[in-house]
Amino acid sequence: MEKVVYDVAVIGAGVVGGMVLRELSRYNLKTVMLEKQSDVSMGQSRANSGIVHAGFDAKENSLKAKFNVLGNEMMQTVASELGVKYINNGSLVVAFSEEEKQALYGLLQRGKINGVKGLEILSKEQLIALEPNISSDALCALHAPTGGIVCPYELTVASIGNAMDNGAKLICDFEVNKIEKCESGYVIYSNTDEIIAKCVVNCAGIASGKIAGFVGDDITVKGRRGEYILLDRESGDFVSHTLFFAPTKKGKGILVSPTVDNNVLLGPTAVEIEEYNVDTTAEGFAEIIKKASVMCKNVPLYNTITSFAGTRAYSDKHDFIIEESKNAVGFFNCAGIESPGLTAAPAIAKFVVEELVSKRLTLNKKQDFNPFRQADNFFKNLSNEQKNQIIAKDKRYGKIVCRCEKITEGEIVRAIHENPPALTVDAIKRRTRAGMGRCQGGFCQPYVVEILARELNIPLEKVTKSGGNSYILRGQTK
Amino acid sequence: MKTNYQIVIIGGGPAGLAAAISAYDNGEKDILILEREEKTGGILNQCIHNGFGLTRFKESLSGPEYAQRFIDEVEKRGITVLCETTVLSVGSDKTVTAINEQNGVFTIKANAIILAMGCRERSKGALNVAGSRPSGIYSAGTAQKYVNIKGYMPGERVVILGSGDIGLIMARRMTLEGAKVLAVCEIMPYSSGLKRNIVQCLNDFDIPLYLNHTITKIEGKDRVTGVVVSKVDENKKPIAGTEMHFECDTVLFSVGLIPENELTKEIGAPLSPRTRGAIVYQNRETLINGVFACGNVLQVHDLVDFVSEEAEIAGKSAAEYIKKQNGCFNEQDSTNQSKNSRDCVNCDFGANVSYVLPQMIDKNIKGSVKLFFRVNKALKNCMVKVLSGDTVIATRRRPVVLPGEMENITLTQEQIDKIQNGITLSVEV
Repeated sequence: MEKVVYDVAVIGAGVVGGMVLRELSRYNLKTVMLEKQSDVSMGQSRANSGIVHAGFDAKENSLKAKFNVLGNEMMQTVASELGVKYINNGSLVVAFSEEEKQALYGLLQRGKINGVKGLEILSKEQLIALEPNISSDALCALHAPTGGIVCPYELTVASIGNAMDNGAKLICDFEVNKIEKCESGYVIYSNTDEIIAKCVVNCAGIASGKIAGFVGDDITVKGRRGEYILLDRESGDFVSHTLFFAPTKKGKGILVSPTVDNNVLLGPTAVEIEEYNVDTTAEGFAEIIKKASVMCKNVPLYNTITSFAGTRAYSDKHDFIIEESKNAVGFFNCAGIESPGLTAAPAIAKFVVEELVSKRLTLNKKQDFNPFRQADNFFKNLSNEQKNQIIAKDKRYGKIVCRCEKITEGEIVRAIHENPPALTVDAIKRRTRAGMGRCQGGFCQPYVVEILARELNIPLEKVTKSGGNSYILRGQTK
Repeated sequence: MKTNYQIVIIGGGPAGLAAAISAYDNGEKDILILEREEKTGGILNQCIHNGFGLTRFKESLSGPEYAQRFIDEVEKRGITVLCETTVLSVGSDKTVTAINEQNGVFTIKANAIILAMGCRERSKGALNVAGSRPSGIYSAGTAQKYVNIKGYMPGERVVILGSGDIGLIMARRMTLEGAKVLAVCEIMPYSSGLKRNIVQCLNDFDIPLYLNHTITKIEGKDRVTGVVVSKVDENKKPIAGTEMHFECDTVLFSVGLIPENELTKEIGAPLSPRTRGAIVYQNRETLINGVFACGNVLQVHDLVDFVSEEAEIAGKSAAEYIKKQNGCFNEQDSTNQSKNSRDCVNCDFGANVSYVLPQMIDKNIKGSVKLFFRVNKALKNCMVKVLSGDTVIATRRRPVVLPGEMENITLTQEQIDKIQNGITLSVEV
């Protein structure tokens, strides 16, 4: 049987891969995305701070700086098109010592060189007026009005969904373990399958070094684990800007930030890891609590609803690696995309497709490319009239399943069947927010499990939390 | 569709049902119960063990049997119930916005509202438990729903954190369904569950109870494979070197109940940080005129018998409120009434007591008042004292008091008349 030869295979379903896939889907190309996990957005894009950085932090003339500022400028439009939440809430880097104050002036300078608009140093009084809960030990702050927040997995899911709506294919549970050159381009192998593609874009996050190695590229990608604590929406007004400490060598440090869903996010820590590890630790929690309490007074920790950890991959060059492979024509590496990777993603994708892939493939624009996608959890924000119009057509929107976040059965069923399909409890959570409220799925999980079983026509015991062996139920009672 | 009712009751569990019956029997028949599950009965529907109704009916009923008594009475009276209906919001003008499949989003105007939304479980997420986040972790109530309502076992080798009643009941339940419960861990030096549950759920099944212990780490990639349990010091911090490892595939968290007061806050009724429920007068009226609260949403109860008793007070009070409204409608008092037509005294908690309910007594409301309270430590041979300034208003001897068992003391009309300014309830050895 003739095997399909794809024009481009994108390895890794994170935000960079997603944006690349979406860019590619603007053109008449056969594209496929290969993801080793059971769902998209389960790597770095699953759990990070969600900051759309202004761009004053990245080293001058680096790729980080270039793509950060470009991506920041693109984010509002991309978010609107994809129906994802984006809030331009502004960033504040807070100084607690004279030394840190000097560092702020350094960032101000650097930001100007990088092309960041609107940067200013605020006095203590100005800072307190903006953020009444800031610690009284704060001296001053760098204000970056172009900083914003987004939900990283919401953006990732939406970019991939939109790409799929425009013809791209997604294959999950495909862990790449070998890549070989062939006449048409590359054969990409997993344990059970193989894909042939003319070109490959490596967006594999913490595994991007390994993937590059399959074609003989020597790229070292290391990882860090970062823990977070999330506070209830009830404390959502605690801060309005994203608050940063002055940066250190290990990264931007712990921040205190609102999220687009009106929670408060504290974190991340930064611990070197040898291999993928997203455990939380007592030490991590203690550090987050300690630092958050330095930044702000009366941090409402009693309103903690959950904690989690994510990874970030960095290259030992401490800058993005975005280039064609030295050993493999038509093989493009996007490696070491740590912060500000999320912000940079739309700009990286544009560059990869328009400047790199275009050199190896002819790009013909699609006439019917549709850049728009409707938000996944949209129902509760509609007016009562709009809600009733939808319920009249599909009464499942009249059934609230997740009481804490007011998510309806209609939205959950839609998530199961739309692009990219949600096949697990966590996949539904990622798209609809069902289970992300204060009871953390205590009420809604049994309903979500039942809906999944019904819609996918599988027994309840086969429903998993996130693929693999993560079954929820062992079997029936006696 | 009828869009106004004299009384709207939010929640069709034991509190909502009893309140409805009481309101009806006290003269107000225009009642609507809004219930979000497929049927009324609330959490009792999944409590298939018995022990319910010992005080009220002098029988040992299962949860569904106890609930059915009230469901039948509601049906007998023809009280309107809307199931699978979730209240989305309540205005300070007592307009209730709800949603269901048949009617979509609709609003109901109410003259009185009885809040009976019950409580939710505190989640594992609130505890910052270190380790991985695999499947196999449930709150005890969710596991109970899977086992008793859906008919599915979550897993086979279980460790439970929290020796409150739900944790204890689930230890037995899982064992009866063939699981191996390896341990129940409790961070406090005492269990907050009913004494009879310790005996009937743990001792009878040889399930070890580790007091002063907590889970410090969860292990497992896709599904739980084990937990680390450590002893804790007086500050509840894990003591190094005391770690025990349990291989398990299931972890249940029974770590506290939190009254679900999102709607209460929306209406503007102030909450007590102690009970996490509304501040109420003895007739269970909140500080918002015509808004009443009862059951677990007001204070977390141990015995449903007292939920029913409390709900009956709320139902009767709501009916009386409507009578007063219709009898002497006064435009000025239709919204947020201050204390001006009341003669209020505060009820404060003193030594060894964590809270007292009601928080206020209105001396203009005649009748005896049962004060509910909880102690914050186990005490033997003690005296419950209600004082007004230096005057002893009432006392009651108790051989044993425990934080896990809600206590009460009744003040007669005479005793209430003696109160000046306020009372303090304390428990002394």
